[in-house]
Amino acid sequence: MSMLTAQGISIGFGGVRALSDVTFEVEKAEIFAIIGPNGAGKTTLFNVISGLYDAQQGRVTLKGEDVTRLPAHALARRGLSRTFQNLQIFFRMTAAENVMVGRHLHERRNVIIHLFTLPSVLRQNRETRAKADELLRFVGIAELADRPAGTLPYGALRRLEIARALASEPEVLLLDEPAAGCNPVETAEIDELIQKIAATGVAVVLVEHDMKLVMKISRRIHVLDGGRSIAEGTADEIRSNPQVIAAYLGRHGQQEVARA
Amino acid sequence: MNRLAASPYTVVLAMAVVVALLPLALHSTFYLRVATLVFIFSLVVVGLNLLMGFAGQVSLGHAGFFGIGAYAVAVGPASLGVPSWLALPAGAVLAGILAFVVGRPVLRLRGHYLAVATMGLGLLVAMVFNNEAAWTGGPDGMLVPHLSLFGWRVHGPLSWYWVSGVSLVIAAWIAVNVIASPTGRALRAIHDSEVAARVLGVDVARYKLIAFVLSAVYAAIAGSYYSLFDGLVTPEAAGFLRSIEFVTMAVLGGLGSIVGSIVGATVLVVLPQLLTVFQDYEHIVLGLVMIVVMVFLPAGIVPSLAGVLRRKSS
Amino acid sequence: MAEFLQFAFSGLTVGAIYALVALGFTLIYNASDVINFAQGEFVMLGGMVTVFALAAGVPLPLAALLAVIVAVGVGLALYKLAIAPARGASAVTLIIITIGASILLRGVASLVFDKNFHSLPPFAGNKPFMVGGAALLPQSVIVLIGAGVIVLALWLFMTRTLTGKAIMATAANRLAARLVGINTGAMVGLSFAVSAAIGAVGGILAAPITLTSYDVGTLLALKGFAAAMLGGMGKPLGAVVGGLMIGLLEAFGAGYISSSYKDAIAFIVILVVLFAMPQGLFGRARVERV
Repeated sequence: MSMLTAQGISIGFGGVRALSDVTFEVEKAEIFAIIGPNGAGKTTLFNVISGLYDAQQGRVTLKGEDVTRLPAHALARRGLSRTFQNLQIFFRMTAAENVMVGRHLHERRNVIIHLFTLPSVLRQNRETRAKADELLRFVGIAELADRPAGTLPYGALRRLEIARALASEPEVLLLDEPAAGCNPVETAEIDELIQKIAATGVAVVLVEHDMKLVMKISRRIHVLDGGRSIAEGTADEIRSNPQVIAAYLGRHGQQEVARA
Repeated sequence: MNRLAASPYTVVLAMAVVVALLPLALHSTFYLRVATLVFIFSLVVVGLNLLMGFAGQVSLGHAGFFGIGAYAVAVGPASLGVPSWLALPAGAVLAGILAFVVGRPVLRLRGHYLAVATMGLGLLVAMVFNNEAAWTGGPDGMLVPHLSLFGWRVHGPLSWYWVSGVSLVIAAWIAVNVIASPTGRALRAIHDSEVAARVLGVDVARYKLIAFVLSAVYAAIAGSYYSLFDGLVTPEAAGFLRSIEFVTMAVLGGLGSIVGSIVGATVLVVLPQLLTVFQDYEHIVLGLVMIVVMVFLPAGIVPSLAGVLRRKSS
Repeated sequence: MAEFLQFAFSGLTVGAIYALVALGFTLIYNASDVINFAQGEFVMLGGMVTVFALAAGVPLPLAALLAVIVAVGVGLALYKLAIAPARGASAVTLIIITIGASILLRGVASLVFDKNFHSLPPFAGNKPFMVGGAALLPQSVIVLIGAGVIVLALWLFMTRTLTGKAIMATAANRLAARLVGINTGAMVGLSFAVSAAIGAVGGILAAPITLTSYDVGTLLALKGFAAAMLGGMGKPLGAVVGGLMIGLLEAFGAGYISSSYKDAIAFIVILVVLFAMPQGLFGRARVERV
C-alpha cells in the first residue's frame, strides 16, 4: 500500500490554473522528488497535500485513507509532516522550543492540568525537552539548542525545520526546497540527512531545484510544468526525457541538447 | 541561584514578596488604594497579555468582560437575590461562556479585522449596560453592596489590598504555569507562525479560544473586585476607553512579559493619580503616552530595558 | 409612506457624513495600509472650529475655511509626528497610535473648546421642502449635494491628475512607486491632508443638522469604518455606498425597531460583514500566500 497518493489534483486561483490533474504515489522509505521550473506549482501541490489549500478536484489519500478535505492539524495527527520553502520557524522561541512544539501531538494536551505546577506537567516538559535534544543531535545542531531561533545562521535554520518536522514522528515527510539557498557543503549535509531519514522508514517527498541533489538521492522523480505532470521515472529516465529538457531549457535548449 | 534566576517562577516569588512587604512601606490609605488599583488592573493585563503577548491576538473590547464581572456583583445581589460571594464567580463563568461563544467566530479574523470585531463587541456590551436601566441603573450606574465572605465583611483599602494582591500572585502563577506548558508553547508557536503550528498538529482555533476565555475570566474577576472595592459601578467600566487603557497597559509594559504587564498597569494607574490636579489633561496624557510609546518603544518598557541590559552585558 | 420618506431623508443625510468619513478612511488606507481611527476627529474639528470662529466674529465662509485649514494641519501633523516615525510597525501598533491620536485630539478639544453641544445656523434657511408628506431640510440637500461634489472631485483628482495617480500608484505598490520617482512619503502625507479636508467639510456641512461637540469623533470614526468595511476596505465607491447604507439602516432601525440601540446598528453591521463577507460588497476575496 502506498503511503501517500494524489489523484487528479486540480486547483486554480482567480482564473489561473495552478494545478491540473496531478497524480502520483509515494511508497514507504522511498525518496520521491517533485521537480519543475519556477511557477510549475510544486509548493501549491504541497499546500494542497498538507491541508493548507482545498483542491477543487482530485483526491489525496494517506495510508489508504481519503484525507482530501482534512485540515492541516488533522493530517499531522495521521502521520504527515512538512517543512516550508520560506522557513516558517518560530523565531521568538529557542531552537529546542521549536522542536518541542513539534512534539505537540505526543504530549498530554489537557489545558486544565497546565494551569497548575503539577509533577506530571513538569515531567512532560522534561520528556519533551529530551526528545527535542535528541532530534537536534540527529540533524547536527545540538549545540544551538538554547539559542533564540532568530539568531541562528541560515543553514542551521533549514536543519531546525527538519528536526521540528520529524518531532511529530511522521510517516510521510514533505520537504519543500530543504537546500534552498545553501552552499554546496550545506547541501551535501542536507542530502545525507534526507537519506538518513528515509532509511528510518519515512516516505520522503522532496521538492528541490538542485538537480544534482535530486538526481543523486531520489528513487523516482515526478516532473511538473505549468501545473501539469509531464513525466515520471528514475533519474536516468528523466534526465534524457525531451519534454523535461524542453520545460527547463525551452525549445531551443532542447534542440541544443539534441544536437550535442 | 542561577537556576532560580532562570526559572519563570522567580517572578511569581518576587511578586509574592512585594505584595507581602509593601504595606510596611505604604503608610497612608491613599497609597494602599493606589496599590490595590494597580493589582486589580494588573490582573486584567496579565490575562490580556496571554492573549496578545503570547497567542499574538488582539482585543480592543476586553472592558466588556471587565464590565460583566463588575455588574455581576451589583445586579446579582440587587435584582436576583444572589449574594456577592456567589455573584463573583458567576460573573467570571458568564464572561468565560460569552468569550467561548463569540470567540469561535471572532478569532478566525486577523489583524485589524480582529481588532475592530472585538471593539464592536465591547461597545455592544457597554451599550447594553447603558441602556437597560431597569437592571443596571443606566448611565448613572448602580451601587454595589459589600462582599461578605464567611462572615468577614471585605471592606476598606487594607482588606482589598490583600484580596487583590493575593489574587494577582495566584493569577500570575497560573499564567506562568500555562506559558511553561505544552499549551503555552502552542500559543507562542501560533504567534510566530500560525501555518507552521497548524502543520505540526496544533489545533490553532482551540488554543486561540483558550487564551481568549482565560483572559476573559481574569478580566471579569478583576472587574468584580473593582466594583466591590469602589462601591459603585457605571457603564464606563465596560467602555471603549477602558478597553484601550487595558491594551495600552499591556503594550506599554511589554507584551509577552508578565512583569511588563504589571509595569504597564502601574504606570497608567499612578500617572493619573499624580495628575489629579490636572484632571482635564488625563486624556491628553493617555493619548500622548500611547503614541510616544508605540513610536519609540514598540516592544514596550520591560523588553526594551531587558534588551538594553543584554546588549550592555555582551 | 411619509414616515418612510422621513426616515429615508434623515438616513441619507447622516449616511452622507458617514460616507465622507469612510472615504477618508479609504484614502489613507489605500495609500498607507493604516486604519486611521482619528478620522472622526477631522469631522469634529470641522464643526467645532467653525462654531468657535464664528462666535469670535469671523464671517461664516472664512470660519469654514479656517476649520478646513486647521483640520488639514492636524492631519499632516498626525502623519509626520505619529505615523511616519512608526513606519513598518504592525497593524495593531498603528491602530493603537491612531486611537491614541484620537484620544489626544479629543482631550485637546475639550480644553480648547468646551464640553458642550454646539450647532451652526443653517446655510439656506430653515424652511423644509415637503416631499411626499415628509419634510426635507434645505441643509440636508446641501449635505447630500456637498458630499456628491466631494466624491466627484476626489474621483477626478485621483484619476485625471498626475498627483492623484501618484497617490494611487503609492497605494498599489509602494516600492515600485518610489522607483519611478514618486515621493511616497509626500503622497501618504497628502492622503492624510485630503482625508482631513474631506472630513472637515463633512463636519461643517452637517453641524447645522447634527449637533457637534468635542467627542463626536469616536462614534463617527467607528461608523465610518463600518461603512468602509461594508463597501469593501479600500474601495472608494464601496465607502460611499456603505456610508449611505449604514445611515439608512440606522434611521430605519431607530424609527421602526428601537432608538436606544441606534448606535449598535453600525457595530452589528461590522460584525455581520466580518463574519459573512469580510471582503465587503465590492471587494474581492484575498488568498494568503505561503
